[in-house]
Amino acid sequence: MSQVLILGAGTAGTMLANMLVKALPPDADITVVDKDDAHDYQPGYLFIPFGTSTPERVRKSRKAQLSPKVRLVMGTIQRVDPEARTVTLDNATLDYDWLIIATGTTPRPDMTDGLTDDRVWRKSAFDFYTLDGATALAKALKDFKGGKLLVHVTEMPIKCPVAPLEFVLLADDYFRHRRMRHLVDISYVTPLDGAFTKPVASKRLGGLLKDRSIRLVTDFAIERVDPEKRTINAYDGRALPFDLLVTVPTNMGAQFVTDSGLGDDLGFVPVDPKTLASTRYERVFAVGDASNIPTSKAGSVAHFAVHVFVENFAQAYAGKPMTHAFDGHANCFIESGRGKAMLLDFNYDTEPLTGVFPAPAVGPFSLLKESRLNHLGKLAFEQVYWQILLPGHPLPVPTLMTMAGKVPAEKTKEA
Amino acid sequence: MPINTIDGYTFTVNDEGFFTNREEWSEPLAEILAGLVGIDDLTEAHWAALRFMRDDQAKTGMTPTLRRMQTQGKFDVKELFTLFPGKPAKKMSYLAGLPKPVGCV
Repeated sequence: MSQVLILGAGTAGTMLANMLVKALPPDADITVVDKDDAHDYQPGYLFIPFGTSTPERVRKSRKAQLSPKVRLVMGTIQRVDPEARTVTLDNATLDYDWLIIATGTTPRPDMTDGLTDDRVWRKSAFDFYTLDGATALAKALKDFKGGKLLVHVTEMPIKCPVAPLEFVLLADDYFRHRRMRHLVDISYVTPLDGAFTKPVASKRLGGLLKDRSIRLVTDFAIERVDPEKRTINAYDGRALPFDLLVTVPTNMGAQFVTDSGLGDDLGFVPVDPKTLASTRYERVFAVGDASNIPTSKAGSVAHFAVHVFVENFAQAYAGKPMTHAFDGHANCFIESGRGKAMLLDFNYDTEPLTGVFPAPAVGPFSLLKESRLNHLGKLAFEQVYWQILLPGHPLPVPTLMTMAGKVPAEKTKEA
Repeated sequence: MPINTIDGYTFTVNDEGFFTNREEWSEPLAEILAGLVGIDDLTEAHWAALRFMRDDQAKTGMTPTLRRMQTQGKFDVKELFTLFPGKPAKKMSYLAGLPKPVGCV
């Protein structure tokens, strides 16, 4: 009997544990560690500030999402010793034969000078990638009387790189519905040179911002927040004033990853992008946002990656070479307001494509173009997440990217 | 892939103009490219940053980000903004003959 230890019972860890129950021999002991029993549907955070979702709705029990054959241990992870193959928690020490790190990424507002200052933090400066932040922001938006709204990304990589763009488009919608859009000056502030990381999508999304009278501020490398003057200041000397700042803080891996010497500068675990095996230690892997693979940190990537990973891991577990390769496949619905959404689909090597996404049972969804069906797809995804994705049931979409139904964006006429 | 030729130097670049092969770079070529991005003269301070980037990329396979320049290279980010005005991460990668830093996906 071998001990398979998964750190983190979030999207990747939960899916993985449930799928390993079926993929590994019955005597494999599968244990998952997390600090609490709260599993959040994180894509739902985006809708809480606008009152279209609630804190109660996004949160469920972690244990309830796991197969009864998986053991869930509650504890705070302090250290991994990859030589001795042990994991130290605040309340126990666990041995492992195989270790899979799935502790995701965490927003770290403390990494920006002045951001967590009492004069601004959660008063006029908010994050929305945490349940507390999204909930506090709902009240601030409700009470907002107008002025300068900055939606700001600190540095890449961030979890769900399209979410801040969705936020800014939904904010435009929100204030329009409240008949006060003319009182709100909205800017999207990014460290990148365009609206998004992928050039093709960046162009399309940049156009969308312009259509909605949202200013785009690029190449903004934040040095600090000035809580006195209520400005964000860049290294190049620019200072932008705000009445309301919605920021996506620096994202970092879990602290124990850094403390155990397993991480890169941001605490993400360096892995082989095809197999997700640690580049430094045997029998250590990282799935989901916790690894350093060069693609989006997002649930869709975790989903596609876990499907490939399970097949590889079953081979490694049986002492065979791993023969499958993950391609970095990501797809994400971008909620663009006005009851519509667009869909992006890309991988390590391929830029986002236009065309349709072949989902026989539920599609086709239009790629890189706003549509009502895409919006409905995004809403339906909440149920798909809890009932199909986490239990590890197959979805009617291909795991690796296919080119069927898709056209490279540069070959299509501008819509 | 487009091929650039400047003063007899030939090198392959991607669509955004960044080097695709670090071996096609040389120090005299960097001096010429510096003029193209608005830096008249590469001082020792410029070279310290560029050399760190090349050494680090040779080790890790990835162009270091500004954060890594700060944490690993002990460079002052504000000073890098003075040395390579406007867009230091991009200017430095370009002058060091490296791809634009990822992390941006």
